[in-house]
Amino acid sequence: MNIYDIIFFVFAITTVGSAFMVVTTRNIVHAAFYLLLTFFGVTGIYVLLGADFVAIVQLVVYVGGILILLIFGVMLTNKITNVQIKSGSLQLFPAAIGVGLFGGVLVSALLNTEWKTSAAEFPKTTLEGLGLLLMNEYIIVFEVLGVLLLVVLVGAASIARK
Amino acid sequence: MLHVGLNHFLVISSLLFCLGIFGIVTRRNAVMVLMGIELILNAANINFIAFAKYGNFGLQGQMIALFVIVLAAAEAAIALAIVLNIYKIFSTVNVDEIDTLKD
Repeated sequence: MNIYDIIFFVFAITTVGSAFMVVTTRNIVHAAFYLLLTFFGVTGIYVLLGADFVAIVQLVVYVGGILILLIFGVMLTNKITNVQIKSGSLQLFPAAIGVGLFGGVLVSALLNTEWKTSAAEFPKTTLEGLGLLLMNEYIIVFEVLGVLLLVVLVGAASIARK
Repeated sequence: MLHVGLNHFLVISSLLFCLGIFGIVTRRNAVMVLMGIELILNAANINFIAFAKYGNFGLQGQMIALFVIVLAAAEAAIALAIVLNIYKIFSTVNVDEIDTLKD
């Protein structure tokens, strides 16, 4: 058990524990902040997998963008004056049984599969390779995603202020 | 068991996936349902990057993970705009009270 394994378990416990709190806590604002912790844990897992650029993008887009958007959503849809921040849950028991069964099948299936693994050696930084891939093989996807983001920008603005 | 390999990352991602599904199924607030969706997308991304490292696919898995992050951002923006509209019309974002189609 070397230092890599210890760091992995720290990040894994952070991720799964805070994700559990996200789906069980009653306070929406608390859930948003636990989601922040989950995203940080996932970022750490990306770094452990050698994906440095994806980790940075995860921090910038998820923590800086999506989470702020979600918190705005919480603030705009709850009457701030008569605090109604708490939110209940529905059908906890059947959902827990169903998800537990599904998770058990999933985990046992992937633990019993013989994956053909071969530890690839990544370059020290992945940025150069990702840039070359993006400009050569994935250039059409890149352009389509650019158009999609423009459509989303216009669409979100026009939907929200109707 | 204690030496971290591919299986550890896959177990983490499937746990995140199950928690996300649990959140989507049980929460009443629409914003919380969105949080569950973000958890599921993160689980998929962990799978992509783990197989990119251990499956010897080069950087392609990381590329797909970047695209998934972009799509998640787009999805969150549109979904929150829809939630704001729902709030304006129904004065609530609880998904079990928005059942006009049932009547």
